[in-house]
Amino acid sequence: MSVLTEVSIDTISQPANDHLHGDLLEISMGPHHPSTHGVFRMNIVLDGERVVKLKPVFGYLHRNHEKIAEHETYLGSMPYTDRLDYICSITNNWAYALAVEKLAGIPVPERAEYLRVITGELTRLQNHAGLIGFLLQDMGASGTPLMYAFREREKILDLFEALTGARMMCNYMRFGGCRRDLPSGWMEHAQKVVDGFPRFLDEFERLLRTNEILMARTQGVGIVTREQAINAGISGPMARASGVNYDLRKVDKYGIYDRFSFRVPLGEHGDVYDRYMMRLLEMRESLDILKQAMRDLPSGPIMDPNTKIRNFRPKAGEAYGRIESPKGELGFYLISDGGPNPYRYRVRPPSLINLTLLEQMCLGHNVSDVVIILGSVDIVLGEVDR
Amino acid sequence: MNLEEIKSQIEANVPGCSLEIIPNASPSGQHSLLVDPEHALTVGSFLRDGASPRFDYCSNVTGVDWPLKETTAKQKTKKIVDGVEKEVEEAVKTSTGDYLEVVYHLFSLEDRQGPLVLRMRTGDRAERVHLPSLTPVWRSAEFQEREVYDLFGIVFDGHPDLRRLLMWEEFTDHPMRKDYVDPDDYEYEPTAHDEVLKRTQAHYAAQETPSGAEEAR
Amino acid sequence: MDEQLKSELRRQGVVATSLQELYNWGRKSSIWPLNFGLACCAIEMIATTMARYDLARFGAEVFRPSPRQADLMIVAGTVTKKMAPQVVRLYNQMAEPKYVISMGACAISGGPFKQGYNVLKGIDRYIPVDVFIPGCPPRPEALLDAFLMLQRKIDEQQLTGPARPRHLQAEQPSEFSVPQYSEHDLVPTRNDAVWHAPLVNISNAGTNESGRD
Repeated sequence: MSVLTEVSIDTISQPANDHLHGDLLEISMGPHHPSTHGVFRMNIVLDGERVVKLKPVFGYLHRNHEKIAEHETYLGSMPYTDRLDYICSITNNWAYALAVEKLAGIPVPERAEYLRVITGELTRLQNHAGLIGFLLQDMGASGTPLMYAFREREKILDLFEALTGARMMCNYMRFGGCRRDLPSGWMEHAQKVVDGFPRFLDEFERLLRTNEILMARTQGVGIVTREQAINAGISGPMARASGVNYDLRKVDKYGIYDRFSFRVPLGEHGDVYDRYMMRLLEMRESLDILKQAMRDLPSGPIMDPNTKIRNFRPKAGEAYGRIESPKGELGFYLISDGGPNPYRYRVRPPSLINLTLLEQMCLGHNVSDVVIILGSVDIVLGEVDR
Repeated sequence: MNLEEIKSQIEANVPGCSLEIIPNASPSGQHSLLVDPEHALTVGSFLRDGASPRFDYCSNVTGVDWPLKETTAKQKTKKIVDGVEKEVEEAVKTSTGDYLEVVYHLFSLEDRQGPLVLRMRTGDRAERVHLPSLTPVWRSAEFQEREVYDLFGIVFDGHPDLRRLLMWEEFTDHPMRKDYVDPDDYEYEPTAHDEVLKRTQAHYAAQETPSGAEEAR
Repeated sequence: MDEQLKSELRRQGVVATSLQELYNWGRKSSIWPLNFGLACCAIEMIATTMARYDLARFGAEVFRPSPRQADLMIVAGTVTKKMAPQVVRLYNQMAEPKYVISMGACAISGGPFKQGYNVLKGIDRYIPVDVFIPGCPPRPEALLDAFLMLQRKIDEQQLTGPARPRHLQAEQPSEFSVPQYSEHDLVPTRNDAVWHAPLVNISNAGTNESGRD
């Protein structure tokens, strides 16, 4: 079975006698384009409105994270991970901390694990809320859904700021725990935000779940089948929208995710609508996890007391650690040569790999559909290009 | 999942291939399997379709640069010198590296197992840098192999669209290699220290008529 | 005109103004930014336009996707060498009068990514910048502050005389040369007409002495 779809411009035949048929049009969409979610570029060949070829061009935000990390200490790279997927800094911290903990064999105290789950799931909430806002903006619902989404996002950012000191670049995790314990009153505030969140979801779903325009624009658009998704390494909500039952919170059970009961929503069609619904449903499950974690939060230390912060030199060896970030499987692959800096530091970016099938998803659709297909993949260029 | 078991499975089904288990000393215990490039494509197809468990999901592709590293260790050996047994110190030279490596992390979605770590090594770092592409087996390697080609200079034979991924097309270097030299653009450093200070001083030393220094006088 | 007389007249319901004031007031109250985000700072820029921080209060909520319709370029994020020619080209395509806010550490100097081989060490190497906002990323309040600063700057502009702004001087350039990709780096690495290396005595760096003369 060959899974490669090769479209070459020479092989696209044009009907010779059809005088209504115009020439093919080549356009470059991006790197400056309001709907590419950053500095992403696609070279598109159009036949009328129809896409016949699409080649993504990367690297406009390639800021050499991996090379810089080879010159930094292990801890020194932690603030840089914030700026990978800059919407979800805490889950990036978590993935990196997890990989180093695997590399050096560092245990994490129970309270820190709970704090990681709480902050991680809050991150997922604000990422998904923002994403559906942006996706609807791309569909032409100009302004309003995004305003609603950002209203909720700001509430969560306030929690982050109270806990970590920064709205976006939280830099919260450390190897063997978390940086700071909850300030007083934080839990009550967080409880309010979590309790109020379903209202936003209900409102959003009532407005847009069965909206006719939304359904017409998204259903049957940008389909990825289950087999294609697995072979192309698609992960996260996008894979689950295609029916791949693979959530690392269930598979790897990293941290303490085996203690919570939650469901993994699965899609059937793998189109834009399923990917949109996947985010809405995942937010409900995240709220479930949050409720359980906030109820059960134990007291105790938040850092493993034996962890060395300074002069941290793991033994020579390597480790691959991964978590279920809001975008998909975020992995860190570290090779240590016994020195204070990693010998090789690799980020497995879910956003980049989820774009593998972009051309295939867009072929045959209108150029306006390209925008929403790209929007439904949920990319952040900081992570795509690193 | 036992790496020995998978190794013997592959050896039984892919005749002629040579595999080697590379142990990993870190607590993660993720040992890896070194595959010879000639049989890598067959090994990949077997792992995807025939092995048990089936590794249908290739998560991560990483390039690693191992430049030539010569270490001299002093070893004490007993030798008979002039008929008398003496302990003599001898310098023993060992050289490691001088190859580029690409690492694949495979998982099994069905059996929820992994990672299986595959490695391939090139002949050296200059001429013999060709490796077979595993994109025909796992499509997820497509962009990642392009990235490795871009940043490390490993040429993947059989890749459907091998172009630079991140840098521009006119670019000729491979910046993730350990011996890559950055472009010298450290004209202005308000708070230079450590590495940056060295680079800045090198920048001003390199200019025959240092414009910045002249203005500073 | 006498300020006291002016406020006296205003109380009577008569607005007296000069052409310069009216012109500057009009421009400063309708700055249309370019809908242009590069990296992390762009998210804070979007947050600034949303309900909570509400950039619309300052007449600047109309983000234009086309540079032809925009007055202000907010360089929000890391400018990589691959992106720098596009940024300069977008700036060239904007109509005068045009302004640039360099938002965040990366746009100012490369920020945390300064030592990256593909990171431009400040967008002011290629285009003139009006306001710099430090921070990584700057908070929305900081962006609002930069906006007010830009408004003050516009308010103080003279329409006549030698100190008049660039767009009123015919001989001043409104376009700047676009750097080209080359084998190792961008060519040229800086535009000497726009940017000069600040006066820093590098031999003092690393000691307790101040780097400046």
